[in-house]
Amino acid sequence: MDFLTLLQVLDTSVRLATPLLLACLAGLYSERSGVVDIGLEGKMLAAAFFSAAFAFYSGNAWLGLLAGIGAAMVLALIHGLASVTFRGNQLISGVAINFLAAGMTVLAAQSWFRQGGRTPPLEGAARFNPIELPFAIGPTEAAAVDRPLSQLIAEANPLQQFYSELISGHSILVYLALLTVPATWWLLFRTRFGLRLRAVGENPAAVDTAGVSVVWLRYAAILLCGVLCGVAGAYLSTALQAGFVKDMTAGRGFIALAALIFAKWRPVYALWACLLFGLFQALELRPDIIENVSGIKVQVQLLGALPYILTVVILAGFVGKAIPPRASGEPYIKER
Amino acid sequence: MDKMPKWADIVLIPIISLLLAAFFSALVILAIGENPVEALKLMIDGALMRSAGWGYTLYYATNFIFTGLAVSVAFHARLFNIGGEGQAMVGGLGVALVCLYIPWPHWSLAILGASVGAALFGAAWAYLPAVLQAKRGSHIVITTIMFNFIAAALLNYVLVEWLRPIGAMDPASAKFPGATHLPSFQDMFSTADTPMFRGAPANVTFFLALVACVVVWMLIWKTRLGYEIRAFGQSETAAKYAGISPVRITVIAMLISGALAGMMSVNTTMGESERLILNSTEGAGFIGIAVALMGRNHPFGVLLAAILFGFLYQGGAELALWTSIPRELIVVIQALVILFTGALDNMVRAPLEKVFIALRRRNV
Amino acid sequence: MTAPAIELKGISKAFGPVQANKDISISVQPGTIHGIIGENGAGKSTLMSILYGFYKADAGEIFIKGERTAIPDSQAAIAAGIGMVFQHFKLVENFTVLENIILGAEDGAMLNTSLGNARSELKHLADEYGLNVDPDEIIENLSVGHQQRVEILKALYRKAEILILDEPTGVLTPSEADQLFRILDRLREEGKTIILITHKLREIMEYTNTVSVMRRGQMTATVKTDETSPEHLAELMVGRKVLLRVDKDAAEPGASVLDIKGLRVVDDTGVERVKGIDLNVRAGEIVGIAGVAGNGQSELLEVLGGFAEGTGEIMMNGAVIPLSGHGADGQARRASGISHVPEDRQREGLIMEFAAWENTVFGYHQEPEIQNGLLMDNKGIFSEAEAKMQRFDVRPPDPKLAAKNFSGGNQQKIVLAREIERNPDLLLIGQPTRGVDIGAIEFIHQQIVSLRDQGKAILLVSVELDEIMSLSDRIVVMFDGHITGERDPKHTNEKELGLLMAGITDTSAVAGNGGNDTTEQEVHADG
Repeated sequence: MDFLTLLQVLDTSVRLATPLLLACLAGLYSERSGVVDIGLEGKMLAAAFFSAAFAFYSGNAWLGLLAGIGAAMVLALIHGLASVTFRGNQLISGVAINFLAAGMTVLAAQSWFRQGGRTPPLEGAARFNPIELPFAIGPTEAAAVDRPLSQLIAEANPLQQFYSELISGHSILVYLALLTVPATWWLLFRTRFGLRLRAVGENPAAVDTAGVSVVWLRYAAILLCGVLCGVAGAYLSTALQAGFVKDMTAGRGFIALAALIFAKWRPVYALWACLLFGLFQALELRPDIIENVSGIKVQVQLLGALPYILTVVILAGFVGKAIPPRASGEPYIKER
Repeated sequence: MDKMPKWADIVLIPIISLLLAAFFSALVILAIGENPVEALKLMIDGALMRSAGWGYTLYYATNFIFTGLAVSVAFHARLFNIGGEGQAMVGGLGVALVCLYIPWPHWSLAILGASVGAALFGAAWAYLPAVLQAKRGSHIVITTIMFNFIAAALLNYVLVEWLRPIGAMDPASAKFPGATHLPSFQDMFSTADTPMFRGAPANVTFFLALVACVVVWMLIWKTRLGYEIRAFGQSETAAKYAGISPVRITVIAMLISGALAGMMSVNTTMGESERLILNSTEGAGFIGIAVALMGRNHPFGVLLAAILFGFLYQGGAELALWTSIPRELIVVIQALVILFTGALDNMVRAPLEKVFIALRRRNV
Repeated sequence: MTAPAIELKGISKAFGPVQANKDISISVQPGTIHGIIGENGAGKSTLMSILYGFYKADAGEIFIKGERTAIPDSQAAIAAGIGMVFQHFKLVENFTVLENIILGAEDGAMLNTSLGNARSELKHLADEYGLNVDPDEIIENLSVGHQQRVEILKALYRKAEILILDEPTGVLTPSEADQLFRILDRLREEGKTIILITHKLREIMEYTNTVSVMRRGQMTATVKTDETSPEHLAELMVGRKVLLRVDKDAAEPGASVLDIKGLRVVDDTGVERVKGIDLNVRAGEIVGIAGVAGNGQSELLEVLGGFAEGTGEIMMNGAVIPLSGHGADGQARRASGISHVPEDRQREGLIMEFAAWENTVFGYHQEPEIQNGLLMDNKGIFSEAEAKMQRFDVRPPDPKLAAKNFSGGNQQKIVLAREIERNPDLLLIGQPTRGVDIGAIEFIHQQIVSLRDQGKAILLVSVELDEIMSLSDRIVVMFDGHITGERDPKHTNEKELGLLMAGITDTSAVAGNGGNDTTEQEVHADG
């Protein structure tokens, strides 16, 4: 495998890791506050549909993004209602939200567009298009000399290849997602809000008796989770792909959840975990690469299951023990 | 004192939750520009007013009884088996192998063999998540979700690479031999003059499902194992004190759960399609969650809830046929039922408890 | 006369059908320690939780320094100058001391400034009141006594003028408790008002200025401490004269039933809890294990009961029983003649959601006598349960009622009935009267003594020193996983045992001589 192929695979990994990373950080806020969220998938899916639909109607990807965030936040509020206000089972609530999104997106898509549960394809400003960073070789340069972009990059020096292929040419949401990592770290470990958020996931009674509202904190975390799921969903339908198709999240919410466990609920680890899982997904698209490198012919079906299999291996604790926030999954009930 | 009488807990709360789910479903139907009353009429008409409709309703109900019981048994051990879907898929593989490779003389023997195959394969698929939960503390909800995806990949692989007849295009096994054909309701109940359940897929497996209800009921409430499962589900620390091994109970409860989920495919794979196809489970494993919640983890409740969901499924198919409402409406209703009977249980319960306490005060 | 620091008027609170507080009025003078004493479930903790804004009262008014104050939540309580140290600490275990102290009382949105400010303030408070703790230590690495200091510091950091302590000495060694009271004295001198909830009459008599007694949700009396006596308070608490003594004859021990040699127990987190102990219990005697909670007694019981693993040698009637792996579970132990009334009946001894009748075979449910072929003989179990509940005076005697619907004492009777009627050779019994009302305490103690008189071996673990002293025929003291001493209850006293419980084995200075006067048992009532 040559350097350029490697860069291409890594480039795809970054693209595929982005929704995982956003969803993973979304889950991180929720679970750090003590609310387990297996409804990341549903929130992403709803956001993907509403972003695509609104981007299609408005022709503006940013309005689509807002709509997606709104949709994910509505589902997040339902989760908050069930798991915080009514102290219900958080897992069951998550399951319900996943189904609600799976059903509602198709119903709404069918009702609005009548194209068998999809939105019409998005074009131009209705999508988040790749950004060319300064000094990178991109489509503009290729158009100027009227040659294919791939040729230009192939001829460039390795540093330029690295910069143009891997660093440049992503949509703004990719860079945003990467920035979310240090932002989350800072928020969690350097601010009052972060201290309280982490505390409420460890011992809500301590927060309550310290005069801080457990309910408010958990809602804040759940809503932050909704916002990030919204961005993740919008990225899927308006950046990674051009439009919504039924069930387009395809288990990403669950992979993000697995990445969260793998990352031991830490933002920087989450980045690495998601990049790793993104790499798996990228390789799934290019089974020939593995074959070339390892000489083993891999079954595509089994390669598709690889992230899930690895997740189970991770969960089994053979790769370090993952200890969740102590109060996670437990509704807070003042003792009698 | 309990806060409210038992009947309110068992009957009233599920009914209120169901009405809430129905109300929101009606809103959804209104929102997509259809008439909910008309829709309900269509559903009842298509699912309940003709014997063929019942034939479909009960066919679906059979699936949901198995998956509902599967989720219930695990719930009794406080395990949330969200992997019924994968276990049913792999159970289907068991059915297919038994039907394809063993020369059965008669369907009555074949169904027993297929049940064993389905149960074993389904249980096997639940085994690893169970062991990981019991011994390594890997959260069973996450692992069973992952196992659903892995099962789908596995089944795809097996069908494409192994079981697909040479020259065939679609990923499906060969047709099962004729001796494994299960009598359908049409075969059983039609007379020469009055055809019944014409063309409907309901078959003798329905009675197997009824037997499963009785067996699960006996197991949970009448046997030592059931006692241990319930005790463990209520309190792990107490179970340890009593000498009940958490590892053993976790594994056994999940094996039973997986076996029940797997047995669903006797109905779909052997009873209906008569060959193994890619997506024979059609989400029935997940509907088991709604059925178990709604049926309060009691086999009789599961039976009723399964029939209700069978009705919704068949009715939903009718709707998709005659109106512009897609079948996914059922997924929404299912979500709402899970939401109201499961996650938002306290929303319904708390005001009711207040009412009962107030009533009791007045009576005192 | 100055306005009272706190005045409550007509406070009422119901939880569903249960009236926890009924028309309670109380007034506490500033700069005093005010005790609140009452039986289990009398409503003490509920009342204080209302004062701290943890619960909302259904009716009534709160006055702080003469001003009517609404306390809808803990924030309002903190603003009104009230601090509370709960029985179970409200600390974030994997945070540092400093982080716990600023939580909810930070200066501004940035953490670093808050932490910096708190550090100097903490030093100041530590010097002023003798409350020394390392601000950068993680809570879970601190001793219980130090964790309690953090709770007090939290309150002081929030400028609390009124400090409520709920059963503060339950988890402390006698010397830690002494230190606590020295700190409280200092706080009182500084003009702070302290409310002390306790069930220990001695603490009330020694340290408080005034005391209020609660019974069944009502305030029965408020008296000056110098003008009352323990007997009088006890009577106020239960509404009748109580016998605070256990009547028993001298033990006539027989052959050794249980022999423990070099037992070690490592818990789930890898900490060694029992560090090589030797112990034996003979037929017809009660061996009491004294110690502050968390010094290995619980783990000892768990290993003997078969639900924790250990190393070393344990012989039951001369036969070695396995301590790990196969044969080291509760059912195997029961088969070898060990019955076990566990320390925590709600989490271990009973399945709270199960009906009483189902609970009467819990742990024995595999026994062949109660099977009917493949199924359990539920009818037989039910009628046997009915009879058992009669014999043990369980109220209400309804086997269909779920265990959670019985009072603490009646729950304990269900467990006792199950374990004693199995006719064991050895009875393990942990915290027999924790959370049990006085009437039931007498009954339970009688049952234990009568089992001993039938020639059974009994190993008793209790953190209530008085219970240990009045029931035991032999007292063994545990500290930090070791046995620090063995004493004859007739020839020791609380001071000597207290030193042993703190790990000090040289007790010559206080060695007891006929400490019979201390076997009087206190009235138990935890909030």
